[in-house]
Amino acid sequence: MSEAQPVLRLEGIVKTFPGVRALDGVDFSVFPGEVHALMGENGAGKSTLMKVLAGMYQPNEGRIMIDRKPVVMRNPIEAKQNGIILIHQELSLAEQMTVAENVFLGELPRTRWGFVDWKVLEERVGSILAKLNCDFGPRTNVGSLSIAKKQMVEIARALTHHAKVVVFDEPTASLTDAEKVVLFDIINDLKSDGVSIVYISHRMEEIFTISDRITVLRDGSYRGTLVAADTTEDEVTQLMIGRSLDYSRNIEQGEIGDITLEVDGLSCGRLYSDVSFAVRAGEVVGFYGLVGAGRTEIAETLFGLREPTSGTIRLDGEAVSIGSPADAIANGISLVPESRKEQGLVLGMNCRDNITLPQVDDMTAGPFVSNGAEIAIYDMYRDRLDIKAPSWRSEVGNLSGGNQQKIVIGKWLAMKPRVLIVDEPTRGIDVGSKAEIHNLIRELAHSGYAVIVISSEMPEILRVSDRVIAMYQGRIMREFTADEVNEDNLVQAISGVGNGKAA
Amino acid sequence: MAGFVERMRNGDIKSLIARNGIFVAFVAFMIAFGIGSDRFLTFDNLESVVRSSAMIGIMALGVTIVVISGNLDLSVGSMLSFGTVMVVNLHDKIGPGPAILVMMICVLLLGAVNGFLIGFVRLNSLIVTLGMLSAIQGLTLIYSGGKNVDVNPSTQDTTWFRVFGRGEVAGIDMPIIIFFALASFVGFIIAFTPYGRRVYAVGGNPTAAVFSGIRRNRVVFSTYIVSAFCVGIASIILGSRVMGSQNNVGQGYELLVLASVILGGTSLLGGSGSILKTVIGVLILGFIQNGLLLLGYPYFAQWIVTWIVIILAVWLDVAAKRGRLLSPIA
Amino acid sequence: MAETSVESVSAQANQGVKGNFRWVVRHPIWAFVVIIFLFFSLMTDTFFSLGNFENILVQTSTLGLIALGMTIVMINGNIDLSVGAVVALAASLTVDIMGWPMFESWGNWQILPAVAAGLASGVLLGALNGLIVWKTGVDAFIVTLGAMLGVRGLVFVYTGEQSFFAMNFAYSDFGASRFLGLPTLAWIFLVFTLLIHILLSRTVHGSNTYAVGDNREAAVNAGIRVGPHMMVNFMIVGFFAALAGITLSTQMGASTPNLGRDYELWVITATVLGGTKLTGGAGNIIGTFGGVLAIGILRNGMNLMQVPAFYVLVTLGVILIAVLFLDKQLNRKGDGELRI
Repeated sequence: MSEAQPVLRLEGIVKTFPGVRALDGVDFSVFPGEVHALMGENGAGKSTLMKVLAGMYQPNEGRIMIDRKPVVMRNPIEAKQNGIILIHQELSLAEQMTVAENVFLGELPRTRWGFVDWKVLEERVGSILAKLNCDFGPRTNVGSLSIAKKQMVEIARALTHHAKVVVFDEPTASLTDAEKVVLFDIINDLKSDGVSIVYISHRMEEIFTISDRITVLRDGSYRGTLVAADTTEDEVTQLMIGRSLDYSRNIEQGEIGDITLEVDGLSCGRLYSDVSFAVRAGEVVGFYGLVGAGRTEIAETLFGLREPTSGTIRLDGEAVSIGSPADAIANGISLVPESRKEQGLVLGMNCRDNITLPQVDDMTAGPFVSNGAEIAIYDMYRDRLDIKAPSWRSEVGNLSGGNQQKIVIGKWLAMKPRVLIVDEPTRGIDVGSKAEIHNLIRELAHSGYAVIVISSEMPEILRVSDRVIAMYQGRIMREFTADEVNEDNLVQAISGVGNGKAA
Repeated sequence: MAGFVERMRNGDIKSLIARNGIFVAFVAFMIAFGIGSDRFLTFDNLESVVRSSAMIGIMALGVTIVVISGNLDLSVGSMLSFGTVMVVNLHDKIGPGPAILVMMICVLLLGAVNGFLIGFVRLNSLIVTLGMLSAIQGLTLIYSGGKNVDVNPSTQDTTWFRVFGRGEVAGIDMPIIIFFALASFVGFIIAFTPYGRRVYAVGGNPTAAVFSGIRRNRVVFSTYIVSAFCVGIASIILGSRVMGSQNNVGQGYELLVLASVILGGTSLLGGSGSILKTVIGVLILGFIQNGLLLLGYPYFAQWIVTWIVIILAVWLDVAAKRGRLLSPIA
Repeated sequence: MAETSVESVSAQANQGVKGNFRWVVRHPIWAFVVIIFLFFSLMTDTFFSLGNFENILVQTSTLGLIALGMTIVMINGNIDLSVGAVVALAASLTVDIMGWPMFESWGNWQILPAVAAGLASGVLLGALNGLIVWKTGVDAFIVTLGAMLGVRGLVFVYTGEQSFFAMNFAYSDFGASRFLGLPTLAWIFLVFTLLIHILLSRTVHGSNTYAVGDNREAAVNAGIRVGPHMMVNFMIVGFFAALAGITLSTQMGASTPNLGRDYELWVITATVLGGTKLTGGAGNIIGTFGGVLAIGILRNGMNLMQVPAFYVLVTLGVILIAVLFLDKQLNRKGDGELRI
């Protein structure tokens, strides 16, 4: 491989935005037929680099060479013509059209008369799908496919372009384990056909399974390239964050009180069934499992967003029926939702109004909202959570992800709930804020809240939880105390291994 | 004020103008017309402009709330026909008081149908109110039997019903007073009460609003009640002013009203806008019409100018938000 | 080659019954058309006759032509509210230009430049709408709402608020003329319906129309030039609005400045009845044709039953909402749905 010439080579790429140097002299090269992982924390410059590769951004300095020839790619189309295909994390497909149309979108084959040549189209797409071992045909509607299969459609699209380099951005974020295996098979097939893969992911174990080399970025600059076979997770982590990560659990055990929330035999259609657990005041219960294991759905049920098909929910020993979020709030349950931007915030509103939104009814002076009371609440949680915003008037849409998340948490703390449910508390948040939020969750429990944390990140769960509940396919597989739990038994529990109950 | 000074100091004047372009445009219009015609800036003229804008203005108040909450109401025009025909027709039969009461109840019921279908059943507001536009137009014709209605000419000058359209308080025409009173009332509610905050939240991000414990269905429902209420008031003024009504008197108003709301700067995407902006949008439309007439242009020239002004106003708004004048679409 | 085609034919035949059912589910409006067709055939003596069917076609051709263009624009994820005003503009221009002294010696040929000017006005206004949507990024709803007012203003200013009468009788005769056993206007409607159906279902431009409306960003990424593409579609709807204005004026032998008022609402109603989504990406001409016929049959049939026109309005409004409701129920997801 060392004798081969890189198919793609970036040299000294600099990309600046007003006030930010997003990429600072990054070098990156990809050889034919290798899987090259790109790693780094959020904000390290991965996505900027990716957009430079895809022609979406123009670098301020540096050059891009493909097959040793310098190229300028002014837009995604030119990148495509140069053989670089980006497979977005948020898939970019026309949902109401067929697979065939999507694969050849923008370059449908024509007959002599200028009509779409459906026959040629379906033949070509059919053969590509066969190559990918897809179990759906070219005429299938994309909207009816699962996310994994939609990803196959994007991959098929890459294949039609005789791609030299395929860039995958967090491709496994919403895949099941089985789907992941299929994806890795395809990546290996592509590889053996001489196609190069740039693989962006946060998941260390995947990186080591699939990649040949690993390039690490930190703070917009190049930190080194490692050969996967000759390195360790620790080494990569150290490059990524500049120090070794302290996985030690840092739990100040507070006083654990009575049972606050008790769930008994709760089921909701096919989403989850027969779920029972209890959360005590002063305790953090972590829910761990794969995407689709039913964790978020349980939270949504507790918050009145889903109607359970059976089972009971008790708060302080009394059965309650929660028909809407308003009911949940009245019962002292708060939910920091999974998706900050879609569910947590009104992005066009200012910081203060977002924080006071659930309780604006109680903040009145006469018929009007009391400005003073609102600002007092905002100031209190700004100080407590260390929210960095220019003023309470700033639109939340303009804040960083970490600060946005703090606004959402602040909004729910301000309600002084008995039960606080936090779903994916640190998704898309940089390392520093992550630690802050973890500490905050511990503190909250310490001060007497019953806290539920849902997360797909194992270190997070291990770090914050007093107890961990492992879920698999809508069922609780096992419950661990903080002393019992470790990475191995947790992984086993959430993949349904070694448990009679597994389907 | 402090914020304003601060922003000026930060050299943010460009974005300030971009964001409040409609105010700038309003002042520019007034000055230009004031220079062009010496009759324009007289009290009588200003009063007549505001009076003739009051009807559209009152309907625009309700529509603004609907639009802030992220929906549309195209049924206000035919609802105006319905309300006016009904109140005028009932005036002689059951007397002005009961006529107003019955009409308001009926109009609010129509609003409730809109609100139910859009708020609770979650149907698309454009299509529902489009259907209602047609259905209410039909109801009006069925009610009147296709005939125009009048208040009996002998009572026209004596009934207290005349006060809404023809009365004056302290030398100011009643429609103007009602318009500004209602605008202040609705404006305060939407800007300063918890209810108003909920309307903005539902329009800005309906999902997040629900996740914050807001009962979105009820909020959306209520906006259509407010809208219907405003149409009812407009019907009273119109009926009282004309003392009669044609069956299709409100035809086409839905889009004129929407135009003035948009012109004011309330975004069709929901979550932003204000009553003050709408009032200015309504007045601009009124003053364009009046100013052009005074300058000797034909009556309908105002619509051509409106065309240009609406697109420019929204374009400026959109451009300020994305930070560049032209859309990046290839 | 021959083998595969035989195979596919038999496969199609096997799927025939199921296919028919699916066809009705995809075009529920046609079930409604059949029902009201049967209803009026049974309830009146005069509905079920060839002459009346011709009437329906001619009466709905104006709405129908515009609806063809509106379908394209709506599938594209846009809307055009200015069509009613363009109807009046094209009609007024055409009828007026025909009478210009400079064409006096042209005889019946004077119709030619007049019609060309009328159609051109529609295409140009469509181009203007499209250009504004493309370059400014302002929503098509607002752009065409402005144009609806502005173009209507132009019409009033241009005509001096007067109606124009066609002095050339060949022009007004055209509206009542027949060709190959059918009214010419019906032919125009049917032929364009077929053409636009082919455009949408067979051509690359048609596929791109769906793609742009479905996921504009994906279309941009796939290299479709979305701006010019949308502009072409606005020109198409402008063309049809102008054509509808001209055919309408041939029927009346005149143009009035108020011509086409509220047409935008009727056309949108017909298009939505036909299953085209306001959100873009879905819809087709078969559905739109059904929507147009539904309105035409309702109007015609209720008229024959001597039901006052008012009830037609109520019925239409109710049906529009009912179709929307039905569509929502049919597309309901299972237990994955959140109560939000």
